[in-house]
Amino acid sequence: MRLTCTVNGQRRQADGVWEGESLLFVLRDRMSLPGSKNACEQGECGSCTVYLDGLPVCACLVAAGQAQDREVVTVEGLATGDDDDLDPVQRAYLDAGAVQCGFCTPGLVVATHDLLHRSGRPTDPEIREALAGNLCRCTGYEKILDAVRLAAARMAADPAAGDPAAADPAAGDRTAGS
Amino acid sequence: MEFFGPHSWTDALAVKAEHPDATPIAGGTDLMVELNFGRTRPAALLDLTCVPELAGWQRHDGVVRIGAGVSYARIITELGGLVPGLAKASRTVGSPQIRNRGTVGGNLGSASPAGDAHPPLLAAGAVVEVASVRGARRIPVAEFFTGVKRNALAPDELVAAVEVPVATGPQEFAKVGTRNAMVIAVCSVGLSLDPVARAVGAAIGSAAPTPRRADEAERFAAGELADRGLWDSGGELDAAVLARFGELVAAAAAPIDDVRGSAAYRRHALAVLSRRTLGWAWAAYRRSL
Repeated sequence: MRLTCTVNGQRRQADGVWEGESLLFVLRDRMSLPGSKNACEQGECGSCTVYLDGLPVCACLVAAGQAQDREVVTVEGLATGDDDDLDPVQRAYLDAGAVQCGFCTPGLVVATHDLLHRSGRPTDPEIREALAGNLCRCTGYEKILDAVRLAAARMAADPAAGDPAAADPAAGDRTAGS
Repeated sequence: MEFFGPHSWTDALAVKAEHPDATPIAGGTDLMVELNFGRTRPAALLDLTCVPELAGWQRHDGVVRIGAGVSYARIITELGGLVPGLAKASRTVGSPQIRNRGTVGGNLGSASPAGDAHPPLLAAGAVVEVASVRGARRIPVAEFFTGVKRNALAPDELVAAVEVPVATGPQEFAKVGTRNAMVIAVCSVGLSLDPVARAVGAAIGSAAPTPRRADEAERFAAGELADRGLWDSGGELDAAVLARFGELVAAAAAPIDDVRGSAAYRRHALAVLSRRTLGWAWAAYRRSL
Protein backbone atom coordinates (compact mmCIF):
# COMPACT_ATOMS: atom_id res chain seq x y z
CA MET A 1 0.00 0.00 0.00
CA ARG A 2 0.98 3.64 -0.25
CA LEU A 3 1.73 5.65 2.89
CA THR A 4 1.74 9.43 2.90
CA CYS A 5 2.62 11.42 5.99
CA THR A 6 4.61 14.41 7.15
CA VAL A 7 8.05 13.56 8.45
CA ASN A 8 10.22 16.27 9.98
CA GLY A 9 8.14 18.91 8.27
CA GLN A 10 8.31 17.35 4.81
CA ARG A 11 5.51 15.58 2.98
CA ARG A 12 6.79 12.05 2.42
CA GLN A 13 5.43 9.10 0.51
CA ALA A 14 6.31 5.43 0.52
CA ASP A 15 5.01 2.84 -1.92
CA GLY A 16 4.83 -0.91 -1.60
CA VAL A 17 4.48 -0.71 2.17
CA TRP A 18 3.45 -4.03 3.70
CA GLU A 19 0.29 -3.58 5.76
CA GLY A 20 1.81 -5.26 8.80
CA GLU A 21 5.09 -3.37 8.92
CA SER A 22 5.94 -0.80 11.54
CA LEU A 23 6.42 2.92 11.21
CA LEU A 24 9.96 2.28 12.41
CA PHE A 25 10.69 0.07 9.39
CA VAL A 26 9.22 2.69 7.06
CA LEU A 27 11.35 5.45 8.57
CA ARG A 28 14.59 3.49 8.56
CA ASP A 29 14.33 1.36 5.44
CA ARG A 30 12.02 3.30 3.13
CA MET A 31 12.70 6.92 4.07
CA SER A 32 16.42 6.69 4.83
CA LEU A 33 16.00 8.03 8.36
CA PRO A 34 18.07 5.60 10.44
CA GLY A 35 18.25 7.86 13.51
CA SER A 36 15.44 5.98 15.26
CA LYS A 37 17.01 2.71 16.31
CA ASN A 38 15.60 -0.78 15.96
CA ALA A 39 16.36 -2.85 19.04
CA CYS A 40 13.67 -4.74 20.92
CA GLU A 41 10.75 -4.37 18.47
CA GLN A 42 8.34 -4.73 21.39
CA GLY A 43 8.16 -1.30 23.00
CA GLU A 44 10.47 -2.22 25.87
CA CYS A 45 13.58 -0.20 25.08
CA GLY A 46 12.43 3.16 23.71
CA SER A 47 15.29 3.43 21.22
CA CYS A 48 12.78 4.01 18.40
CA THR A 49 10.99 6.88 20.18
CA VAL A 50 9.56 9.45 17.75
CA TYR A 51 6.87 12.10 17.97
CA LEU A 52 3.57 11.08 16.39
CA ASP A 53 1.21 14.06 16.23
CA GLY A 54 3.23 15.65 19.02
CA LEU A 55 3.32 12.68 21.41
CA PRO A 56 6.37 10.48 21.98
CA VAL A 57 5.64 6.89 20.96
CA CYS A 58 7.56 3.76 20.08
CA ALA A 59 7.70 3.73 16.28
CA CYS A 60 8.04 -0.07 16.37
CA LEU A 61 4.50 -0.32 17.78
CA VAL A 62 2.83 1.96 15.23
CA ALA A 63 1.51 0.14 12.19
CA ALA A 64 2.67 1.98 9.09
CA GLY A 65 -0.89 2.67 7.96
CA GLN A 66 -1.68 4.32 11.28
CA ALA A 67 0.71 7.13 10.35
CA GLN A 68 -1.30 8.00 7.24
CA ASP A 69 -1.75 11.80 7.04
CA ARG A 70 -0.16 12.20 10.46
CA GLU A 71 2.86 14.19 11.53
CA VAL A 72 6.04 12.38 12.53
CA VAL A 73 9.14 14.01 13.98
CA THR A 74 12.23 11.85 14.38
CA VAL A 75 15.49 12.64 16.10
CA GLU A 76 16.73 13.89 12.71
CA GLY A 77 14.03 16.56 12.84
CA LEU A 78 15.10 18.15 16.11
CA ALA A 79 17.99 20.05 14.50
CA THR A 80 19.90 20.10 11.26
CA GLY A 81 22.76 18.18 12.83
CA ASP A 82 25.48 20.65 11.96
CA ASP A 83 27.89 21.01 14.83
CA ASP A 84 26.69 24.47 15.72
CA ASP A 85 23.03 23.66 15.18
CA LEU A 86 22.20 21.00 17.70
CA ASP A 87 19.09 20.99 19.82
CA PRO A 88 19.97 21.97 23.40
CA VAL A 89 19.10 18.42 24.46
CA GLN A 90 21.57 16.94 21.97
CA ARG A 91 24.23 19.46 23.01
CA ALA A 92 23.71 18.61 26.67
CA TYR A 93 24.01 14.85 26.02
CA LEU A 94 27.37 15.50 24.32
CA ASP A 95 28.63 17.91 26.95
CA ALA A 96 27.59 15.71 29.87
CA GLY A 97 29.19 12.60 28.40
CA ALA A 98 25.83 10.87 28.35
CA VAL A 99 26.61 9.00 25.13
CA GLN A 100 28.61 5.77 25.13
CA CYS A 101 27.70 3.26 22.45
CA GLY A 102 25.01 5.70 21.35
CA PHE A 103 22.37 3.19 20.39
CA CYS A 104 19.82 4.35 22.96
CA THR A 105 20.69 8.02 22.53
CA PRO A 106 18.23 9.03 19.78
CA GLY A 107 15.28 7.65 21.75
CA LEU A 108 16.48 9.26 24.95
CA VAL A 109 17.00 12.57 23.18
CA VAL A 110 13.42 12.55 21.86
CA ALA A 111 12.01 11.52 25.24
CA THR A 112 14.05 14.22 26.98
CA HIS A 113 13.01 16.78 24.37
CA ASP A 114 9.37 15.98 25.11
CA LEU A 115 9.89 16.16 28.87
CA LEU A 116 11.60 19.55 28.76
CA HIS A 117 8.94 21.00 26.49
CA ARG A 118 6.23 19.89 28.93
CA SER A 119 8.03 20.61 32.17
CA GLY A 120 10.73 23.28 32.22
CA ARG A 121 12.63 22.29 35.35
CA PRO A 122 11.68 18.69 36.12
CA THR A 123 12.57 17.10 39.45
CA ASP A 124 14.74 13.98 39.47
CA PRO A 125 11.73 11.70 40.05
CA GLU A 126 10.00 13.37 37.08
CA ILE A 127 13.07 12.80 34.92
CA ARG A 128 13.27 9.15 35.95
CA GLU A 129 9.58 8.71 35.25
CA ALA A 130 9.76 10.41 31.86
CA LEU A 131 12.72 8.24 30.79
CA ALA A 132 11.40 5.00 32.32
CA GLY A 133 10.63 3.65 28.86
CA ASN A 134 14.18 4.13 27.55
CA LEU A 135 16.83 1.55 28.34
CA CYS A 136 20.59 2.23 28.29
CA ARG A 137 22.97 -0.66 28.90
CA CYS A 138 26.17 1.40 29.02
CA THR A 139 25.95 4.50 31.13
CA GLY A 140 24.22 3.44 34.32
CA TYR A 141 21.97 6.46 33.66
CA GLU A 142 23.84 8.92 35.90
CA LYS A 143 25.34 10.83 32.98
CA ILE A 144 21.97 10.79 31.25
CA LEU A 145 20.36 12.39 34.30
CA ASP A 146 23.21 14.94 34.28
CA ALA A 147 22.47 15.70 30.63
CA VAL A 148 18.77 16.25 31.27
CA ARG A 149 19.49 18.57 34.20
CA LEU A 150 22.05 20.45 32.10
CA ALA A 151 19.66 20.88 29.18
CA ALA A 152 16.90 22.00 31.54
CA ALA A 153 19.15 24.57 33.17
CA ARG A 154 20.36 25.93 29.83
CA MET A 155 16.85 26.11 28.40
CA ALA A 156 15.59 27.86 31.52
CA ALA A 157 18.42 30.40 31.25
CA ASP A 158 17.75 30.96 27.54
CA PRO A 159 14.18 29.96 26.62
CA ALA A 160 14.83 30.65 22.94
CA ALA A 161 17.46 27.90 22.96
CA GLY A 162 14.76 25.23 23.21
CA ASP A 163 12.65 26.67 20.42
CA PRO A 164 14.13 25.77 17.03
CA ALA A 165 12.10 28.39 15.22
CA ALA A 166 13.43 31.12 17.51
CA ALA A 167 16.99 29.81 17.58
CA ASP A 168 17.32 29.18 13.87
CA PRO A 169 15.43 31.40 11.42
CA ALA A 170 15.91 28.73 8.73
CA ALA A 171 14.01 26.20 10.83
CA GLY A 172 10.74 27.87 9.93
CA ASP A 173 11.56 27.53 6.25
CA ARG A 174 12.47 23.87 6.66
CA THR A 175 9.11 23.16 8.22
CA ALA A 176 6.98 25.20 5.93
CA GLY A 177 8.81 24.56 2.71
CA SER A 178 9.28 21.16 1.14
CA MET B 1 -2.91 -8.57 4.38
CA GLU B 2 -5.43 -5.79 4.02
CA PHE B 3 -5.47 -2.52 5.95
CA PHE B 4 -8.70 -0.73 6.79
CA GLY B 5 -8.64 2.75 8.28
CA PRO B 6 -12.27 3.80 8.72
CA HIS B 7 -12.97 7.40 9.73
CA SER B 8 -16.32 6.76 11.42
CA TRP B 9 -17.80 4.23 13.83
CA THR B 10 -20.44 3.24 11.26
CA ASP B 11 -17.73 2.45 8.74
CA ALA B 12 -15.67 0.55 11.33
CA LEU B 13 -18.62 -1.68 12.20
CA ALA B 14 -19.36 -2.23 8.52
CA VAL B 15 -15.77 -3.34 7.90
CA LYS B 16 -15.88 -5.69 10.91
CA ALA B 17 -19.18 -7.17 9.69
CA GLU B 18 -17.80 -7.76 6.22
CA HIS B 19 -14.37 -8.92 7.46
CA PRO B 20 -14.88 -10.63 10.82
CA ASP B 21 -11.31 -11.96 10.59
CA ALA B 22 -9.89 -8.42 10.54
CA THR B 23 -7.90 -7.80 13.71
CA PRO B 24 -8.65 -4.47 15.37
CA ILE B 25 -5.64 -2.30 16.18
CA ALA B 26 -5.57 0.82 18.35
CA GLY B 27 -2.38 1.55 20.29
CA GLY B 28 -0.69 -1.48 18.77
CA THR B 29 1.17 -2.19 22.00
CA ASP B 30 0.16 -5.86 21.96
CA LEU B 31 -0.60 -6.57 18.32
CA MET B 32 2.48 -4.95 16.79
CA VAL B 33 4.75 -7.08 18.98
CA GLU B 34 3.05 -10.17 17.58
CA LEU B 35 3.44 -8.83 14.05
CA ASN B 36 7.07 -7.74 14.51
CA PHE B 37 8.01 -11.21 15.75
CA GLY B 38 6.06 -13.02 13.05
CA ARG B 39 3.77 -14.70 15.57
CA THR B 40 0.59 -13.57 13.87
CA ARG B 41 -0.41 -12.77 10.31
CA PRO B 42 -4.01 -11.53 10.43
CA ALA B 43 -5.97 -11.43 7.20
CA ALA B 44 -6.49 -7.72 7.75
CA LEU B 45 -5.82 -4.92 10.19
CA LEU B 46 -8.71 -2.70 11.23
CA ASP B 47 -7.19 0.55 12.47
CA LEU B 48 -9.47 2.30 14.95
CA THR B 49 -7.31 5.36 15.66
CA CYS B 50 -9.14 7.53 13.12
CA VAL B 51 -12.62 6.82 14.52
CA PRO B 52 -13.64 10.03 16.31
CA GLU B 53 -16.47 8.37 18.26
CA LEU B 54 -13.92 6.27 20.18
CA ALA B 55 -11.65 9.14 21.09
CA GLY B 56 -13.59 10.91 23.82
CA TRP B 57 -15.19 10.44 27.21
CA GLN B 58 -18.39 11.83 28.68
CA ARG B 59 -19.85 11.97 32.16
CA HIS B 60 -23.57 11.39 32.62
CA ASP B 61 -25.78 10.11 35.44
CA GLY B 62 -22.99 9.11 37.77
CA VAL B 63 -21.13 7.21 35.06
CA VAL B 64 -18.08 8.05 32.97
CA ARG B 65 -18.32 6.59 29.49
CA ILE B 66 -14.76 6.18 28.25
CA GLY B 67 -14.39 5.65 24.52
CA ALA B 68 -12.41 2.55 23.59
CA GLY B 69 -9.73 4.72 21.97
CA VAL B 70 -8.92 6.93 24.96
CA SER B 71 -5.27 6.46 25.91
CA TYR B 72 -3.95 5.63 29.37
CA ALA B 73 -2.13 8.98 29.36
CA ARG B 74 -5.45 10.79 28.98
CA ILE B 75 -7.13 8.70 31.66
CA ILE B 76 -4.33 9.70 34.04
CA THR B 77 -4.46 13.42 33.28
CA GLU B 78 -8.21 13.82 32.69
CA LEU B 79 -10.00 11.20 34.79
CA GLY B 80 -7.98 10.85 38.00
CA GLY B 81 -10.75 12.50 40.04
CA LEU B 82 -13.71 10.62 38.57
CA VAL B 83 -12.30 7.10 38.29
CA PRO B 84 -9.22 7.08 40.51
CA GLY B 85 -8.82 3.29 40.57
CA LEU B 86 -8.57 3.09 36.79
CA ALA B 87 -6.31 6.15 36.71
CA LYS B 88 -3.95 4.64 39.29
CA ALA B 89 -3.78 1.40 37.33
CA SER B 90 -3.18 3.34 34.10
CA ARG B 91 -0.25 5.00 35.82
CA THR B 92 1.45 1.59 36.12
CA VAL B 93 1.04 0.63 32.46
CA GLY B 94 4.27 0.33 30.47
CA SER B 95 6.12 3.60 29.98
CA PRO B 96 5.16 7.12 28.85
CA GLN B 97 5.46 6.00 25.21
CA ILE B 98 3.16 3.02 25.84
CA ARG B 99 0.65 5.08 27.83
CA ASN B 100 0.45 7.58 24.96
CA ARG B 101 -0.74 4.80 22.65
CA GLY B 102 -2.35 2.04 24.72
CA THR B 103 -6.10 2.14 25.35
CA VAL B 104 -8.56 0.54 27.73
CA GLY B 105 -10.48 -0.69 24.68
CA GLY B 106 -7.35 -2.52 23.56
CA ASN B 107 -6.82 -3.95 27.02
CA LEU B 108 -10.37 -5.34 26.95
CA GLY B 109 -9.94 -6.63 23.41
CA SER B 110 -6.73 -8.46 24.32
CA ALA B 111 -8.37 -9.72 27.53
CA SER B 112 -5.05 -10.73 29.02
CA PRO B 113 -5.35 -12.05 32.58
CA ALA B 114 -2.59 -9.53 33.38
CA GLY B 115 -4.29 -6.47 31.85
CA ASP B 116 -3.80 -3.59 34.28
CA ALA B 117 -7.14 -1.93 33.56
CA HIS B 118 -9.17 -5.00 34.43
CA PRO B 119 -9.00 -5.18 38.26
CA PRO B 120 -10.11 -1.55 38.75
CA LEU B 121 -12.90 -1.98 36.21
CA LEU B 122 -14.09 -5.13 38.01
CA ALA B 123 -13.81 -3.53 41.45
CA ALA B 124 -15.81 -0.51 40.30
CA GLY B 125 -18.53 -2.58 38.60
CA ALA B 126 -17.89 -1.24 35.09
CA VAL B 127 -19.91 -2.20 32.02
CA VAL B 128 -18.40 -2.83 28.59
CA GLU B 129 -20.33 -1.43 25.65
CA VAL B 130 -19.83 -3.45 22.49
CA ALA B 131 -21.40 -2.97 19.08
CA SER B 132 -21.83 -4.45 15.64
CA VAL B 133 -23.98 -3.63 12.64
CA ARG B 134 -26.64 -5.71 14.45
CA GLY B 135 -26.73 -3.25 17.32
CA ALA B 136 -25.10 -2.48 20.64
CA ARG B 137 -25.10 -4.44 23.89
CA ARG B 138 -23.82 -3.79 27.37
CA ILE B 139 -21.85 -6.49 29.18
CA PRO B 140 -20.93 -6.26 32.87
CA VAL B 141 -17.14 -6.43 32.90
CA ALA B 142 -17.33 -9.43 35.28
CA GLU B 143 -19.00 -11.36 32.43
CA PHE B 144 -16.74 -10.01 29.69
CA PHE B 145 -13.69 -12.21 30.27
CA THR B 146 -14.36 -15.78 29.20
CA GLY B 147 -10.90 -17.36 29.27
CA VAL B 148 -7.20 -16.69 28.86
CA LYS B 149 -7.09 -13.86 26.29
CA ARG B 150 -10.72 -14.58 25.40
CA ASN B 151 -13.70 -12.31 25.76
CA ALA B 152 -17.41 -12.14 25.05
CA LEU B 153 -17.07 -10.30 21.72
CA ALA B 154 -18.78 -11.91 18.75
CA PRO B 155 -16.67 -12.02 15.57
CA ASP B 156 -18.46 -9.00 14.12
CA GLU B 157 -18.33 -6.91 17.31
CA LEU B 158 -15.98 -4.19 18.49
CA VAL B 159 -15.55 -2.60 21.90
CA ALA B 160 -17.14 0.86 21.77
CA ALA B 161 -16.60 2.10 25.32
CA VAL B 162 -16.45 1.19 28.95
CA GLU B 163 -18.84 2.75 31.43
CA VAL B 164 -17.30 3.25 34.86
CA PRO B 165 -19.36 4.48 37.82
CA VAL B 166 -18.02 7.79 39.13
CA ALA B 167 -16.18 6.96 42.35
CA THR B 168 -18.06 7.84 45.52
CA GLY B 169 -15.13 6.88 47.76
CA PRO B 170 -11.44 5.97 47.71
CA GLN B 171 -10.10 3.50 45.15
CA GLU B 172 -6.70 1.82 45.09
CA PHE B 173 -4.62 -0.31 42.76
CA ALA B 174 -1.47 -2.25 43.56
CA LYS B 175 0.68 -4.44 41.40
CA VAL B 176 3.75 -6.59 41.93
CA GLY B 177 6.54 -6.44 39.38
CA THR B 178 10.31 -6.30 39.13
CA ARG B 179 10.51 -2.56 38.52
CA ASN B 180 8.22 0.44 38.33
CA ALA B 181 8.02 0.65 34.55
CA MET B 182 7.45 -1.80 31.69
CA VAL B 183 6.16 -4.49 33.99
CA ILE B 184 3.60 -7.17 33.24
CA ALA B 185 1.89 -7.74 36.56
CA VAL B 186 3.03 -10.74 38.57
CA CYS B 187 -0.27 -10.15 40.31
CA SER B 188 -2.42 -7.11 40.98
CA VAL B 189 -5.35 -5.94 43.07
CA GLY B 190 -8.00 -3.32 42.41
CA LEU B 191 -9.99 -2.08 45.38
CA SER B 192 -12.98 0.23 45.56
CA LEU B 193 -14.89 1.63 48.54
CA ASP B 194 -18.43 2.82 47.86
CA PRO B 195 -19.67 4.71 50.94
CA VAL B 196 -23.01 5.45 49.23
CA ALA B 197 -23.90 1.82 48.54
CA ARG B 198 -21.78 0.80 51.55
CA ALA B 199 -20.07 -1.73 49.33
CA VAL B 200 -16.50 -2.91 48.84
CA GLY B 201 -15.17 -3.95 45.44
CA ALA B 202 -12.09 -6.15 45.15
CA ALA B 203 -10.63 -7.77 42.05
CA ILE B 204 -7.43 -9.55 41.11
CA GLY B 205 -5.29 -9.68 37.99
CA SER B 206 -2.63 -12.11 36.77
CA ALA B 207 -3.78 -14.70 39.28
CA ALA B 208 -6.37 -16.78 37.42
CA PRO B 209 -7.25 -17.61 33.79
CA THR B 210 -9.18 -14.34 33.72
CA PRO B 211 -9.19 -11.22 35.84
CA ARG B 212 -11.88 -11.82 38.45
CA ARG B 213 -13.71 -10.36 41.42
CA ALA B 214 -13.06 -11.66 44.91
CA ASP B 215 -16.77 -11.88 45.81
CA GLU B 216 -16.42 -13.51 49.18
CA ALA B 217 -13.79 -11.01 50.30
CA GLU B 218 -16.04 -8.16 49.13
CA ARG B 219 -19.01 -9.47 51.13
CA PHE B 220 -16.84 -10.10 54.19
CA ALA B 221 -15.40 -6.56 54.20
CA ALA B 222 -18.76 -4.91 53.57
CA GLY B 223 -20.31 -7.03 56.34
CA GLU B 224 -17.61 -6.14 58.86
CA LEU B 225 -17.85 -2.43 58.05
CA ALA B 226 -21.63 -2.53 58.46
CA ASP B 227 -21.75 -4.73 61.58
CA ARG B 228 -19.24 -2.57 63.39
CA GLY B 229 -20.92 0.68 62.31
CA LEU B 230 -17.66 1.86 60.82
CA TRP B 231 -19.09 3.71 57.80
CA ASP B 232 -20.70 6.15 60.26
CA SER B 233 -18.16 6.15 63.06
CA GLY B 234 -15.12 6.23 60.79
CA GLY B 235 -13.43 4.00 63.31
CA GLU B 236 -10.27 2.05 62.68
CA LEU B 237 -10.41 -1.18 60.77
CA ASP B 238 -9.19 -4.06 62.90
CA ALA B 239 -5.93 -5.73 61.84
CA ALA B 240 -7.65 -9.10 62.07
CA VAL B 241 -10.30 -7.92 59.60
CA LEU B 242 -7.64 -6.72 57.17
CA ALA B 243 -5.79 -10.02 57.49
CA ARG B 244 -8.94 -12.07 56.91
CA PHE B 245 -9.80 -9.89 53.93
CA GLY B 246 -6.35 -10.63 52.49
CA GLU B 247 -6.83 -14.35 52.99
CA LEU B 248 -10.19 -14.27 51.22
CA VAL B 249 -8.82 -12.31 48.25
CA ALA B 250 -5.97 -14.81 47.93
CA ALA B 251 -8.50 -17.64 48.13
CA ALA B 252 -10.30 -16.22 45.10
CA ALA B 253 -7.19 -16.75 42.97
CA ALA B 254 -6.36 -19.76 40.82
CA PRO B 255 -2.79 -18.85 39.94
CA ILE B 256 -0.18 -20.80 38.00
CA ASP B 257 3.59 -21.14 38.30
CA ASP B 258 5.26 -19.28 35.45
CA VAL B 259 8.37 -17.26 34.63
CA ARG B 260 7.06 -14.23 36.50
CA GLY B 261 6.29 -15.98 39.78
CA SER B 262 5.06 -19.11 41.47
CA ALA B 263 1.43 -19.77 42.36
CA ALA B 264 2.33 -19.78 46.05
CA TYR B 265 4.07 -16.41 45.75
CA ARG B 266 1.11 -14.94 43.91
CA ARG B 267 -1.32 -16.08 46.63
CA HIS B 268 0.93 -14.62 49.30
CA ALA B 269 1.38 -11.34 47.43
CA LEU B 270 -2.35 -11.02 46.76
CA ALA B 271 -3.07 -11.28 50.47
CA VAL B 272 -0.49 -8.57 51.19
CA LEU B 273 -1.66 -6.26 48.39
CA SER B 274 -5.33 -6.58 49.28
CA ARG B 275 -4.67 -6.01 52.98
CA ARG B 276 -2.67 -2.90 52.12
CA THR B 277 -5.06 -1.47 49.55
CA LEU B 278 -8.05 -1.88 51.89
CA GLY B 279 -6.00 -0.24 54.65
CA TRP B 280 -5.04 2.70 52.39
CA ALA B 281 -8.58 3.14 51.12
CA TRP B 282 -10.07 2.97 54.61
CA ALA B 283 -7.56 5.51 55.91
CA ALA B 284 -8.50 7.83 53.03
CA TYR B 285 -12.20 7.35 53.81
CA ARG B 286 -11.63 8.23 57.46
CA ARG B 287 -9.74 11.38 56.46
CA SER B 288 -12.63 12.37 54.21
CA LEU B 289 -15.20 12.33 57.04
